Amino acid sequence: MKKVLAAAAAATAVLASGAAWAQQPHPWQMGLQEAATPIMAQIRWFETYTLWFIIPITLLVLVLLAWCMLRFRASANPVPSRTSHNTMIEVIWTVGPVVVLLALAVPSFQLLTAQYSPPEEPTLTLKATANQWNWDYEYQIEDPVSFNSAMLTAEDRAQYGKEDLAVYPRLLAVDNEVVVPVNTTVRVLVTAADVIHAFAMPAFGVKVDAVPGRINETWFNAKKEGLFYGQCSELCGKDHAFMPIAIRVVSEEQYNAWLSAARTDLQGANRALMAAIENNVQVAGN
Amino acid sequence: MAGATTHHDEHHDHKPRGWVRWVYSTNHKDIGTLYLIFAICAGIIGGFLSVMMRWELAEPGIQIFTGLAQMVYGYDAEAALDGGKQMFNVFTTAHALIMIFFMVMPALIGGFANWMIPIMIGAPDMAFPRMNNISFWLLVPALLLLLISLFMPGSTGSYGAGGGWTIYPPLSTSGTPGPAMDFAILALHIAGASSILGAINFITTIFNMRAPGMTLHKMPLFAWSVLITAFLLLLSLPVLGGGITMLLTDRNFGTTFFDPAGGGDPILFQHLFWFFGHPEVYILILPGFGIVSHIVSTFSRKPIFGYLGMAYAMVAIGAVGFVVWAHHMYTTGLSLDTQRYFVFATMVIAVPTGVKIFSWIATMWGGSISMRTPMLWAIGFIFLFTVGGVTGVQLANAGLDRSLHDTYYVVAHFHYVLSLGAVFAIFAAWYYWFPKMFGYMYSPLIARTHFWVTFIGVNLIFFPQHFLGLAGMPRRYIDYPDAYAGWNMVSSIGSYISFVAVFIFLFGIFEAFSKKRVAGANPWGEGATTLEWQLSSPPPYHQWEQLPRIK
Repeated sequence: MKKVLAAAAAATAVLASGAAWAQQPHPWQMGLQEAATPIMAQIRWFETYTLWFIIPITLLVLVLLAWCMLRFRASANPVPSRTSHNTMIEVIWTVGPVVVLLALAVPSFQLLTAQYSPPEEPTLTLKATANQWNWDYEYQIEDPVSFNSAMLTAEDRAQYGKEDLAVYPRLLAVDNEVVVPVNTTVRVLVTAADVIHAFAMPAFGVKVDAVPGRINETWFNAKKEGLFYGQCSELCGKDHAFMPIAIRVVSEEQYNAWLSAARTDLQGANRALMAAIENNVQVAGN
Repeated sequence: MAGATTHHDEHHDHKPRGWVRWVYSTNHKDIGTLYLIFAICAGIIGGFLSVMMRWELAEPGIQIFTGLAQMVYGYDAEAALDGGKQMFNVFTTAHALIMIFFMVMPALIGGFANWMIPIMIGAPDMAFPRMNNISFWLLVPALLLLLISLFMPGSTGSYGAGGGWTIYPPLSTSGTPGPAMDFAILALHIAGASSILGAINFITTIFNMRAPGMTLHKMPLFAWSVLITAFLLLLSLPVLGGGITMLLTDRNFGTTFFDPAGGGDPILFQHLFWFFGHPEVYILILPGFGIVSHIVSTFSRKPIFGYLGMAYAMVAIGAVGFVVWAHHMYTTGLSLDTQRYFVFATMVIAVPTGVKIFSWIATMWGGSISMRTPMLWAIGFIFLFTVGGVTGVQLANAGLDRSLHDTYYVVAHFHYVLSLGAVFAIFAAWYYWFPKMFGYMYSPLIARTHFWVTFIGVNLIFFPQHFLGLAGMPRRYIDYPDAYAGWNMVSSIGSYISFVAVFIFLFGIFEAFSKKRVAGANPWGEGATTLEWQLSSPPPYHQWEQLPRIK
C-alpha cells in the first residue's frame, strides 16, 4: 500500500513538472496513453468510437436481463408463454449486429490501411535488434551510429545523471535512449538475435514483433517532443519485464548536434542533449 | 426432449466393488465422476498458481517469488532473484495449461458431457466404453508430466517450462534447453490423445446411439454443443500434435522446422499453434453454451427460443472458428491484406454469438422465472460473456489491436470469456446436475454465497485489467512500472476474494454429502424436460435398458 501511495505522489510530481515529460502511464489511468503520432491519435479516436457501440450493447443486455428477472419472475408471471419462434425478431437480431459491425469495419479498415501507408517516404531508418534482454539500435545512415540500450538500474542512475524518478521511472528508463527528430517519418526495422521479442511504443501506436531470421518494418512520425517509453511485448524469458524501449523526440537541430557527437562519444552526446532539453524547459517555464 | 416414454430399470444394478469399479470403469457415469473430481483437483492447483502470481503483482517490485524459488528449488540468496523471475513465467505457463487442458476441458467434456450426453440422447452408455476409460486415465499421467516439468531444469540455471502456454519457438527450443519443456510437450501430446479419443467417442455416440425418434433436430442443445466441440477437437488437435512434434524434433534431433538458421520459420509454429489454439478456445466455451441453454429454459419454464437458430449458430461459430486463427498474430508482420481478411472473418463471429445471447434473453422473455442457484450462475454467465464478447470485437480490429496486443487488455478479455464465461458455465452445470448425479440437494444458501463471492471476486480481478491494458501494461510481467500499482492492487484483492469462494464451493460439497438431503428425480419442476430428469437421482447404474421413444 505504501508503494501505491508513493506511486501516486510520483504521478503528482510528473503532472506538476510539465506536460512535455508526461509521456508515460500514470496511476489509476483508465484509457490509452496520449498520442504523440497521428496514427496513435487515430487509434485513440477509434477506441472511443468502438466504446460508443459496445457499452450501449452491454447495457442493453444488462437491462434486458434485469427486466426479465423482474417482470417475468415466477410470482409476477406464474403462467409462462410457450413462444419459441418469432421470425421477425430473429431477423432483426441477426441484421442489427451486421449493421453495427459494418459501422465498425469502415473506420477500422481505414485505420489499418493508414498504419501501413506512411504519408511520405521515411527519411530516417533505424534498425532495432532485440536480445535477451536489451536492445541494439543502429541508425542506417552513411557512417552508421549504433549502440546498445538496456534498462537503467538503480545503481547506474547517478552515473547517467538520471536520478529524477518522474522523468526516468523505474523499469522504463534506459541507459541510452533512441533519439529521433520531431516531425520526421522514421522507418524502424525490427529483428531479434535470439528469441522473439516485440518492439512497442504505446504513445506512437506502434507494436511489432522482433523475430529472429526476419526483419519486420514499421514507421512513425512523432509530432511532439519528449521522452517516450515502451516495453518488450512478447514473452522472452526471465527478464522479459526488464528490457524497456525509450525514444527521445527532439528538435531537428538537437538531433543533428546529438548525432554528430554520438558517433564518437555517445555518453557525452546524451549528456549534452539532456542539458539542452533541460535549458529549453526552464526557458519555457519563465 | 418432451414427450418421451419413461422406463425405470433399476433391478440389475450390479456394479463392481471397491477400486475396481473406478480404475477399470467402463461406465460413462463413473468415468464422468472421475473426470469431475480430476477437474476439481486440477482447478485447485491452477487456482493456487494464479493466486501466487496475483500476490506477487499486488505491489511493484519482486516480493514473493525470490523466497518461493528458494523454498521450492533451494536456490541460494544470490541466484534466487533470477530463479524467481523464471519461476513466475513457469507459473503463468502452468496456470494456463492446467486450467485449459486439465480443468475446463475435463469438467465440461469429460465430466458433464460424459455424464449427461448418453442419458440425454437415450443411450445406455457411450459407444466405446473402454476407450472412454483410457481417455480418462491418459489425463492423469499427462497432468503428472506437466507437474514434474515444474521441477526439471528448463532455461539455463532455472527450473520449469516458462514459455507461456503458446510455447513459441525459439524460446521453447534454444531458449529452454532443459528437459522441462520436453515434459510439458509430452504432457500436451498425451492430453491431446486423450481428447481426440474422447471426441471420436462422442461423435460416434451422438450419431449412432440416439433413441428412436430423436432426430438431430430434436436433440437437446447440450448434445449439439458437444457434437460440435468434438468435431473441433478432432480437426484441431492433430495440428497441435504435429506442431509440438516438430518442436520436439527441433529440440532433440537437430531438425530446423522453426529455426531460421536451418531454413525454418518461427512464425510457422505460430500459424500451426493458433490453427489449433483458436478452435480450442471455442472448445472451452461451446459446451457452456449448451448448458446455459438448458438452464435458462428450465428455470424460465419455457422451451428454448429459436432452437434451430441456436444449434446452427454453434455450427457457424465452430466453422468460422477455424478460419480466424491469425488474429492472434497481428503484430508478427502479417501483410496488410492478410490482416484485412482476418479482421473481417473475426468480426463475422460476433453475429452468431449475438444470436445466442439474444435467444437466451428471448427464452427468458415471457417465462415464469425462478432464480434458483443454477439460474443465477447462468444469468451471470450471459452478462459476463457479453462483456468479454464486446471487448473481443474491439480486439478483432487489427488497427486497434496494435495498441492492445500482448497487454492486460487481452488478459482481461479472455478471462471474461473463459474464467467468467466457461467457469461460470461449469458451476451452473454443477449446481444444475449435482442433485441428479449424486442424489443429494446442496444448501442453496451456501451455493448462493459461493456465487456472489465469486462474482464480486472475479470482476474485481479482471475489470481493472482492462484499464491496465489500455494504459499499456504488457502481459506476463513479474514487475511493472509504479504507475500501474493501483489497479494491480485492486486486481490482487479480487483474486484473494475468489480464492475464498473456492473454499465455499468445497464446503458446499462437503455439506451436501454430510446432510444427505434427498433430491428426488426432478428437483427443478416442469421446466426440466430433458431425458435425464425422467430417471431416478442418481440414475441407475445402467440406464435405458429399454430405449425411450421420442414422439
